[in-house]
Amino acid sequence: MADAKVIPFDDDRSRGSGSGGGPQRSGRRRGAGGRRGGRGDTGAAAEELGGVQRLPERGPAGGAERPAERSGSGDRSGPEGGPDGGLERRVAAGLSFLRRRLTGDYEVDDFGYDAELTDQVLMSLLRPVYEKYFRVEVKGVENIPDKGGALIVANHSGTLPLDGLMMQVAVHDRHPAGRHLRLLAADLVFVLPVVNELARKLGHTLACAEDAERLLEQGELVGVMPEGFKGIGKPFSERYKLQRFGRGGFVSTAMRQGVPIIPCSIVGAEEIYPMIGNAKTIARVLGIPYFPLTPTFPWLGPLGAVPLPTKWTIQFGEPIPTDGYPPEAAEDPMLMFNLTDQVREQIQHTLYKLLVQRRSVFF
Amino acid sequence: MSDAGRKALILGKVVLVTGVARQLGGRFVRRIQRDPEVERVIAVDAVPPAHQLGGADFVQADIRQPTIARVLAETGADTVVHLDVTGTPLGGGNRATVKETNVIGTMQLLGACQKSPAVRRLVIKSSTNVYGSAPRDPAVFTETTPAKSLPSGGFAKDTVEVEGYVRGFARRRPDVAVCVLRFANILGPSADTPLASYFALPVLPTVFGYDPRLQFVHEDDVVEVLRLASHEPRRGTLNSGTFNVAGDGVLLLSQCSRRLGRPTVPLLLPAVTWAGSLVRTLGMTDFSPEQFRLLTHGRVVDTVQMRETLGFTPRYTTAEAFADFARGQGAGLLPPEAVAGAVDRIAALALPGGGRPTTHSAD
Repeated sequence: MADAKVIPFDDDRSRGSGSGGGPQRSGRRRGAGGRRGGRGDTGAAAEELGGVQRLPERGPAGGAERPAERSGSGDRSGPEGGPDGGLERRVAAGLSFLRRRLTGDYEVDDFGYDAELTDQVLMSLLRPVYEKYFRVEVKGVENIPDKGGALIVANHSGTLPLDGLMMQVAVHDRHPAGRHLRLLAADLVFVLPVVNELARKLGHTLACAEDAERLLEQGELVGVMPEGFKGIGKPFSERYKLQRFGRGGFVSTAMRQGVPIIPCSIVGAEEIYPMIGNAKTIARVLGIPYFPLTPTFPWLGPLGAVPLPTKWTIQFGEPIPTDGYPPEAAEDPMLMFNLTDQVREQIQHTLYKLLVQRRSVFF
Repeated sequence: MSDAGRKALILGKVVLVTGVARQLGGRFVRRIQRDPEVERVIAVDAVPPAHQLGGADFVQADIRQPTIARVLAETGADTVVHLDVTGTPLGGGNRATVKETNVIGTMQLLGACQKSPAVRRLVIKSSTNVYGSAPRDPAVFTETTPAKSLPSGGFAKDTVEVEGYVRGFARRRPDVAVCVLRFANILGPSADTPLASYFALPVLPTVFGYDPRLQFVHEDDVVEVLRLASHEPRRGTLNSGTFNVAGDGVLLLSQCSRRLGRPTVPLLLPAVTWAGSLVRTLGMTDFSPEQFRLLTHGRVVDTVQMRETLGFTPRYTTAEAFADFARGQGAGLLPPEAVAGAVDRIAALALPGGGRPTTHSAD
């Protein structure tokens, strides 16, 4: 079943970067992989290399698009069969992936982050939600450094932590260096079966100072939502009002590692599940922090758990440097509170600005 | 310095090793007597070992009895290597015997060491079990990380108690260099650990929805690091203190099962706990609750101290140690080679001219 999930991903990917069908795409890829220098050459040159005579008549169009195409892989299954070529290539890639997965021949890091599974399968499952359902618009991605550690601090909302996942896709797909966001998640995530397994494989880890510092030390991009359950489980009437930012531990963590803090504002997640009530008794029985009651959930059963298709905007703000402070500053509570407030204010202001610019919740 | 101590320095070391009836103890005894600075090796265990001990003097003594003090005094041992802290009974013992050997045995041995002025160096084999395994723990444990949930019983609790007594001893005898080595799961062709017997099962029961991160250390590395800790520290290193010992990298349980070629049977967590206690009650196996917790939540330790302070670099990574162990195991029901072959055959069917899908776009 794993290969069945790979195929739509590649498909989506290619569709996103061009407008070609099967034969055109494979032609382009061959060109990019085989002849890096001769970019100006049209598809014909590339096709001759492979010894394939039957040139699709759309070759020149493919050639014109080639500079925009990132260099793909040099695959062997030529485009001879028209649409079959692309399919064959994808089947081959899928089988190779399947082979490695089934024999356990892949790597995970100390946190259990499975880069291959995330890129090939999990991201491709999230991407349709990101692109088609919530139509996420990303601003200010250039504020994320190309390398080195940084701490992205975002607001948290939406009853279910979809905003974190969408932020992860946004960073992964939009950042020019293709960076991976390592999210810090609540302990509840690691208690629940299946959820904890997926979270670890997606590169998430427990929101604690030890893990955050270790990741930042390794130069990773770490995402945190300091509002926690207070933010995600707040009633609909308090939407876009930032809650308390924990105890500001994220600031001292960033400061100890000397990495910049990047404030991030997410608009649209508040309205996916308008939480009009909280069944506290049920929550207590189930051992979860809140049990949401929305206009549709739980009245319509599983159907009520479908989020509303709101239009999202994710804005990454100007980085706040933390490396200019003396080493003992991380122990100074006043400074911590001030910096926490500064980050919080910046996110809140950006939220208001984005809300003013927003035409409608759904468009 | 006492006479015995001075004599030992001039004549070379006298090393007393406990727990030599085990494979690991036997290997260590055979290895350390080849070191030039070692004059004599005293091998102690309650039962005679089935394997050769080379030129070591075997003394049949139960470390739970005060006779161990006499052995220590008569031999004038200056280095004591305590390996008799184990999770599984040897031969026909039960859990109570194991616990008594671990805890009472360590107390007796430490008492004897405290009385003996000749003792200069003490090496204790402990385990990373002391950290427990809980979803609320940080992803990577350092030597100073306090356990969120202290092990409630079994071998893990023994090791916590053993380490407590060792700390007390180190306080009372500051002149003795004490080295506590916390080993990750020891694997190797002849390892007789609970995890090794778990991986020998034809079908591996796992907990549904959890994929624990595991770390292994190879037997050869265990013997080497014990040697390193038993001698004088090399230049620029320090071999007293507490160190985590583990191979580089991490393997998920799912990866282990695939590399081993053994299918898994995911069971629900309550069922696993219930079945485990039933099996224990019937006395069929000594699979303790902390083993279940390890196989649910996993455990990864930081080995920076081992590298930088102790100056030890393991020869085997976690994956290599596991591969070496897997070679010693019989073929599983789903050998990785057969699985890979099956995928290749599908590939050959699907791609008549394509051949093996070796290239792959890891985009």
